[in-house]
Amino acid sequence: MLKYLVKRIFWMIPMMIGISLISFFIMHLAPGDITTTEANFNPKASQESRQKLRELYNLDKPVIVQYGLWLKRIATLDFGTSFASHQRPVFWQTKDKEGNVTLGMIQEALPITLLINVLSLLLIILIALPLGVVAALKQNQLPDRTITLFVFIGFAIPGFWLALMLMYWTGVQHNWLPISGLNSIGYERMPWLAQQIDTLKHLALPIFISAITGLAGIALFVRNGMLDVLNQDYITTARSKGLSENRVIYGHALRNALLPLVTIFGLSIPGLIGGSVIAESIFAIPGMGKLFIDAVNMRDFPVIMGILTIGALLTLLGNLLADIMYAWADPRVRRGVAQ
Amino acid sequence: MKKVLLSNPLILIGFAIIASILLLAFLAPLIAPYDPDAIDVKSILLAPSVQHWMGTDGLGRDVFSRMLYGARISLLVGFVAVGISTIIGIILGAIAGFYRGWVDTFIMRLVDVMLSIPTFFLILAVIAFLSPSIWNIMIVIGLTSWMGVTRLVRAEFLSLRNREFVLATQTLGAKDARLIFTHLLPNSLTPIIVSSILGIASAVLLESGLSFLGLGVQAPQASWGNILTDGKEYIQFAWWLSLFPGLAILITVLGYNLLGDGLRDAYNPRSNQR
Amino acid sequence: MFFNRLFLAIFRARENHRPASRMDTGSQSIANEDGCIPRFFFYFSRAVFAWLSLSFCLVLSACNNANEATINIDYSQAAQPQEGGTLIDASVGEPSGLIAMTAGESAASAIASNIFNSLLKYDKKLDLTGELAQSWEVSPDKKTITFHLKPNLKWADGKALTSEDVLFTWQKVTDDNTRTPYGADYKLVIKAETPDANTFRVTYEAPYAPALDSWAGLHILPKHLLKDQDINTTAFKRNPVGSHYYKLESWKNNQHLTLTRNANATQGQARINKLITRIIPDKASQFLELSADNIDMMGLNPIQYSRVLPARKELSKNMGLYKELGNGYTYMGFNLKRKPFDDVRVRQAINYAINKQEIIDGVLLGLGEPIASPYKPGTRWSNPALKPYSYDPEKARQLLKEAGFSDSNADGILEKDGKPFSFEILTNQNKEREMSAVLIQRRLKEVGIEVNIRALEWASFLGRFIEPREFDAVILGWGLGLEPDQYGMWHSSQQAPKQFNFISYNNPKVDTLLEAGRLELNPDKRQMIYHQLAEILLEDSPIIYLYAGYGLTAVHKRVHGIDSPAPPAGIGHNTHEWYIPSQYARNEISEH
Repeated sequence: MLKYLVKRIFWMIPMMIGISLISFFIMHLAPGDITTTEANFNPKASQESRQKLRELYNLDKPVIVQYGLWLKRIATLDFGTSFASHQRPVFWQTKDKEGNVTLGMIQEALPITLLINVLSLLLIILIALPLGVVAALKQNQLPDRTITLFVFIGFAIPGFWLALMLMYWTGVQHNWLPISGLNSIGYERMPWLAQQIDTLKHLALPIFISAITGLAGIALFVRNGMLDVLNQDYITTARSKGLSENRVIYGHALRNALLPLVTIFGLSIPGLIGGSVIAESIFAIPGMGKLFIDAVNMRDFPVIMGILTIGALLTLLGNLLADIMYAWADPRVRRGVAQ
Repeated sequence: MKKVLLSNPLILIGFAIIASILLLAFLAPLIAPYDPDAIDVKSILLAPSVQHWMGTDGLGRDVFSRMLYGARISLLVGFVAVGISTIIGIILGAIAGFYRGWVDTFIMRLVDVMLSIPTFFLILAVIAFLSPSIWNIMIVIGLTSWMGVTRLVRAEFLSLRNREFVLATQTLGAKDARLIFTHLLPNSLTPIIVSSILGIASAVLLESGLSFLGLGVQAPQASWGNILTDGKEYIQFAWWLSLFPGLAILITVLGYNLLGDGLRDAYNPRSNQR
Repeated sequence: MFFNRLFLAIFRARENHRPASRMDTGSQSIANEDGCIPRFFFYFSRAVFAWLSLSFCLVLSACNNANEATINIDYSQAAQPQEGGTLIDASVGEPSGLIAMTAGESAASAIASNIFNSLLKYDKKLDLTGELAQSWEVSPDKKTITFHLKPNLKWADGKALTSEDVLFTWQKVTDDNTRTPYGADYKLVIKAETPDANTFRVTYEAPYAPALDSWAGLHILPKHLLKDQDINTTAFKRNPVGSHYYKLESWKNNQHLTLTRNANATQGQARINKLITRIIPDKASQFLELSADNIDMMGLNPIQYSRVLPARKELSKNMGLYKELGNGYTYMGFNLKRKPFDDVRVRQAINYAINKQEIIDGVLLGLGEPIASPYKPGTRWSNPALKPYSYDPEKARQLLKEAGFSDSNADGILEKDGKPFSFEILTNQNKEREMSAVLIQRRLKEVGIEVNIRALEWASFLGRFIEPREFDAVILGWGLGLEPDQYGMWHSSQQAPKQFNFISYNNPKVDTLLEAGRLELNPDKRQMIYHQLAEILLEDSPIIYLYAGYGLTAVHKRVHGIDSPAPPAGIGHNTHEWYIPSQYARNEISEH
């Protein structure tokens, strides 16, 4: 086990370098850079100032040199500062000589995206589990068909279409939910409970839409997992031993079918940090997706690299975690290792 | 085949949906009442009526005709993108599954690397950097979706490799290529087909998402995604610009998913026999 | 999108565990010490789900604030000007900072203009008048301008605003270390002095007519707060102290900015107490917020203005709609270094072939005007004697024939020297420009010219096509200031890669006029120069003027005091005089 872990972690380093190299070069495929976008095509902008800017950001050096400089900074966990937002730190906050704290861009955007994705994932699992089990138990009968149809419709709906329609229905026609934004205007003055409710109301629609479109995956997974397990010999054995049907299903089948669900948590960690660009744009939520698309449009290289790097790191860690969790959760593997 | 189709009504529904959409797309030039690019400044944003079954858009073009031609575009994007990703996936998966060893490790690490980069972000960045033309979109989606197929093909090859008929053929002296193409691949076809069908559905959804961000199929070509996006700022008024493309995308993607998932179920029986 | 990856994750997980279960056949049963836990979990999850749904419904119903009470209010009832109230508007982008010289984007300058003053400003008739300066003189040799500041000016923090601050600001904007693209005008000043606390004097090397306009656009910054700071990175840009009607109260990143009245405002007190700008990137969402009365004003597109709102009475009866001529024009420009655009007959032919009124009717729903000179219609710089090219396809065909084009193979497309006349129009991802391109494509087809259209992302457009001059034709717009000098756009010396004469226009007569216009301070004589310039440009047709669109705004009727119909400066010229009668004011805490 330990040897396996060490080997995996060892492999992560060249992979991280590979990922960052690919991302860096793709980014530099982009025509134009921050000096193109910043001056905003204003005839009053001067050429000298743009040249100075290029030098300041090392944009005039060859790409491989720029990559080397970036790698050197990353080695000290310095993600650099953003080009477009006048040197706000990309990742974590900094304090200047007067004690003014400037928050990092990812530091601000990540918790919001995480909140939405985690709540959405929880909602999905809560709904998908019962649905999947029922579908498996009643395979090929009406409940199975309807559930399959229902989750696929959820998957097939174009997210922004549903978003606009729901925003109109719940926000304009009826005053049930806020239309966009993260918090209401008077948020700071609210008591703690009201603040949480306010945030929840604003996030209700994005979470709901994210859940509806993601339901299909887990529901079907649970269903197919259950079916796989229900066909196993030990289930037949359990039944022939005379155990009650409930015990067979919940005691044996479900438990084993849920085992891989554990790995789903590990594997969804990288997805948790990727905000939906579209949803964040429509709902005016300042998360990772919006950060990324703005950075792409402005050619803000440090931010783009920061997001891709952290995403890659979390993916690799998530995969590792998933494998470990699976190995631990599955008693067969656990026992096999102990022997 | 018929037995498979009839075994599950959902497969039938999926198949019916796809067949009709394909038919409509194919017959578009014959059925479309108007030229999809025919601008008529006097008929801007008319509600559905007898003259215009699905109303008109912001330049007076007939939405129904644009929807028919848009079907062609959306399906084209789906087919070509999935074609590209499937070919890459088959090649890489076959090599990895057959030869194993360091080739296998290298390819799987490559798959891991590609999976670690958030795909949608990658597609966004690349299309923004190149220009958003229909070919670029297809190629980019294709180049970022091959990982799943690779894994599937590799898994199938790994399990088939040890079967007797493979060993027998090898003993008889068959060359590797023959083995791969005549024996292993055809037996791996089912998961590939299923994955392709599901891939087309994702590509259609992806194109509509890209249109929303302005990076999808460009004017004046019609695609469902860009008809939907054109109308988003006045959904309260020109509901027809949102409803029809939205429904079309929904039904098409649903159809592909039902068919694909149904086929997977049919070929991987997990019967819950009591 | 995240959940598509989850699908993939599921594939992987199944691949991981399926071999195990295959090998598993026949092995001992999985130890299951206690069957209660999974069952408990199952029921528990159902319970939680039920509770969630119930609370979801409760939350929905709990905030069902009935809007019915507000629907029948008549907001347009006259009321006395009064102080108080909150105005909420929306912005697509977030400012990167509030120091205008380093943050050039429109989101930043819109908000910063409420916080900072300049020496001069434009009044409602678009004449220059003093803001911080009460008067100014130009020396007889026209090279020196002396500004006299108003007495007793203060910053929002109470410190005095003097000519030292003006000098400091000038030093900063001309400093090479300041990351500003706007320094060029100010660098022409060879000497800047402050003879006393209320006088600021600048001397130029040669008379420079655009100078006064440049002083109307420079936000004066406080020396006492910025003198030890690096202006590019200082915390001041997110926490500015200015001297105008408003000061920044709070800024929640990427959500909203709140401005509140500045008690020490140099121009007197504004009436509305708070200005809140919400950051809403998507225009469709903005319109929904407007419809739900969560924001008070918004810029509309022609369809929203003339179709959506008039059709939805319940939305529009509380909404005042305003239109004013915008400050810019949209055009199609040619790459004059590429054949056949170097032939004036070809350019004129294309000009005649395009039906500009059709574009205005189709793209703008009639909410725009055709123009014949590169200036805002109705201002003194726009030459009233000039008429735009009419829509005359016959004339177009004739001119093309004279230029040597003919359809030798009768395929509907003209050829010359064996090459078909076909080119590509590039534009950025702007709906109106794309639609104009489509209409142009159709009209040019009718005279035998084939056109492709490509819409590109902005930075790629600039980086890959405009800057290296790799294009045939483009559809773009120019935003015009009030200063008529257009040296950067038309002068032959401005053709270098990152400069703005990217169409490569080279006309010595125009060069002379542009240079003369910069030196001539007398407005009437200047006017003649620019009228002449416009005449030559119209004849030469290096670009085709498509239209000058209207700015369309919706403002909730609770906001009174708006000047309508809009004066030349637009309805925004007197926002400090707008007021919200208290009976219509929002209740602050309860809104969403």
